[in-house]
Amino acid sequence: MKRVQFEHSAVPYLFVAPQILIISIFFLWPAAQAVYQSFLLEDAFGMSSQFVWFRNFEDVLSSSSWMRSAIFTVVFSVSVSVLSIAISLFLAVRADEVVRGAKTYKTLLMWGYAIAPPVAGLLGNMLFNPLMGDLYMALNSFGFEFNHIENPNDAAFIVILIAVWKQVSVNFIFFLSGLQGIPKSIQEAATLDCKSAERRFWTITFPLLAPTTFFLLVINLTYAFFETFGIIDVSTKGAPGGSTATLVYKVYVDGFLGADLGGSSAQSVLLMIMVSVLTVFQFRFIERKVHY
Amino acid sequence: MFRKTLMAAAAVFALGSTAQAATEITWWHAMDGALGDVVDQITADFNASQDEYHLVAVNKGGYEDTMTAGIAAFRAKNQPNIIQIFDAGAATIINAKGAVKPVQDLLEANDVQFDINDYIPGVRYFYADSDGKMIGMPFNSSTPLLYYNKEALEKAGVDVPKTWQEFEAAAPKLKEAGYTALSQSHSPWIFFENFMSRHNLQMATANNGYDSTDAKILYNNDALKDHWQHVKDWKDAGYYGYYGRAWGANQDAFVQQKVAMWIGSSGSFGGLRKSAQFDFGASTLPYWKGVGEAPKSTFIGGAALFAFAGHSAEQDAGVAEFFKFLTKPETQYYWHKETGYVPITNAAYELAKEDGYYKESPDAEVGIQQLSEEGGEWTKGYRLGFYVQIREVIYREVDKMMNGEETIDAAFATIEEEANGLLKRFHDTYSN
Repeated sequence: MKRVQFEHSAVPYLFVAPQILIISIFFLWPAAQAVYQSFLLEDAFGMSSQFVWFRNFEDVLSSSSWMRSAIFTVVFSVSVSVLSIAISLFLAVRADEVVRGAKTYKTLLMWGYAIAPPVAGLLGNMLFNPLMGDLYMALNSFGFEFNHIENPNDAAFIVILIAVWKQVSVNFIFFLSGLQGIPKSIQEAATLDCKSAERRFWTITFPLLAPTTFFLLVINLTYAFFETFGIIDVSTKGAPGGSTATLVYKVYVDGFLGADLGGSSAQSVLLMIMVSVLTVFQFRFIERKVHY
Repeated sequence: MFRKTLMAAAAVFALGSTAQAATEITWWHAMDGALGDVVDQITADFNASQDEYHLVAVNKGGYEDTMTAGIAAFRAKNQPNIIQIFDAGAATIINAKGAVKPVQDLLEANDVQFDINDYIPGVRYFYADSDGKMIGMPFNSSTPLLYYNKEALEKAGVDVPKTWQEFEAAAPKLKEAGYTALSQSHSPWIFFENFMSRHNLQMATANNGYDSTDAKILYNNDALKDHWQHVKDWKDAGYYGYYGRAWGANQDAFVQQKVAMWIGSSGSFGGLRKSAQFDFGASTLPYWKGVGEAPKSTFIGGAALFAFAGHSAEQDAGVAEFFKFLTKPETQYYWHKETGYVPITNAAYELAKEDGYYKESPDAEVGIQQLSEEGGEWTKGYRLGFYVQIREVIYREVDKMMNGEETIDAAFATIEEEANGLLKRFHDTYSN
């Protein structure tokens, strides 16, 4: 009996094996390495190392720049996710209503998706260059006294702006297909029942888009946490005064530029824990409100 | 002419190379753009000069990228023969015992004539150990220089300032003429490290870090704080342009004639010649008269070439052969002329003089003159661990001083505390 069952269940394992293998090689193994490294003080070239328990974590957590970076990361990630979801939802709803030239309109909105984060950063950098940037000049000619070289809020504004702009098109694609997935019959029935388009949106369309929105929230937070690294490296490099350095950017500066393997591994592990907690929170508490 | 000969020689070599089994040696470097072209030219010339070894030069990005690539390759036991490591990263590679072969040992083992006194004073001991043995071969060596817009200074009726006192007198006149007086492109290198050297002030305990990794930073001193108080005052008065931490942004302000004077690297000379649409000159780094023992020579900046351990004797012989070629006066003179980096040997400097190079472009000599100025106890350089991060701390705190988020005193207290924390970490990592 048992034998038969084993043979029977081997097939699905075989099918998931490639996926498991890929995850093991590209995630589990490096993650385990990072955890191991985070307990070591080792010279960059690997000539000597010593086990130091939680020394690296103590050093990281007691540094004021790490705390500043952690706070900025939270503010940054929430702003980027909320803004890019809101803007793209608005755009998708409007684009869905467009009849003439709809294709062109949609294609143009999706274009941003093809731009790599460092390129987006470079574009932002040029637009806000104090000597020749058009947006910099424009903002200042309106009397904003905009100065991202010195003002941390202005610098944060720039990186958030670039990150949101870059992400809007991705969200737009998902929302648009989500909207197109809502059956026409439901919409027509709703139109008969309720005159207010706004009310129809919040009571019918938005709840039906909830699975898409939840999915995008997870994706966008991950994006803001990890993938915006290129934007920051090219635009502000964390300046002024480390106010726009996200945690991932700090891992890069300490580990890749500074060759402090233990310290940056400890930072990665902390980041891994933070993201795991966040993901569990999302699936436990927010997903409950989502109806598929 | 020299270039043409090189190219012809390279072509001949390319034809002949298929027939021979030359020993291949690899060199990872951080020189891109126009500098990379010069490196390729030198590589081709070396390959053409002999047929025993074939050198392959690969650009690995910027300084940090190159160091990271070298570290990763070494850990994977796949390291190149030669790697270019910049000043701030020197402690990381030199303190990793056994990662590199000291260049002096390598040359002597391969019967290449070596005398440390052949090198100009400023570069002699920067990449040496505490006993004075040369570990890394100085390669692209630069020093901070003051570049000035001749027309701007003329309009304001001021001379090129030699001291900061003279600068303070000239700045209001330049402002009146419509210019911000000054910007500079690298706060840690120019206004911290070289400030210490120029005034002959000790930068760190343990002999500026050469004697031991157990060192403490000495930046939190009155002379340096006073200087930064002045910089802040200049900025508030409109005499100093702060365009952030990016090298290019501060240089652009000079190129676009918004600022009248700019402190950059002697290696910036070639690039400025192409980008600046006006007549400019170069002068020595200003100093505070009466502070320390100024003026003393500045530190050498730039990078050095290190020979990784773990290669066959045959390949090491090739590395020695290349270093011998690289330090030849002709090669150094060519490098100096094309890039603006200083020649690293006395013989190369003499050759440039004899050739009349400085008669036709006198500004090209300022860098090497500054490095040849009288040295003091603390002008030899520094060897501090995690110095890349210490520079990050400095960049960060300079931002805060400039935007008024922190007072000068508070910023320097933070720099001292965080730098010492990093030095302690480095010491604990490398001392056993």
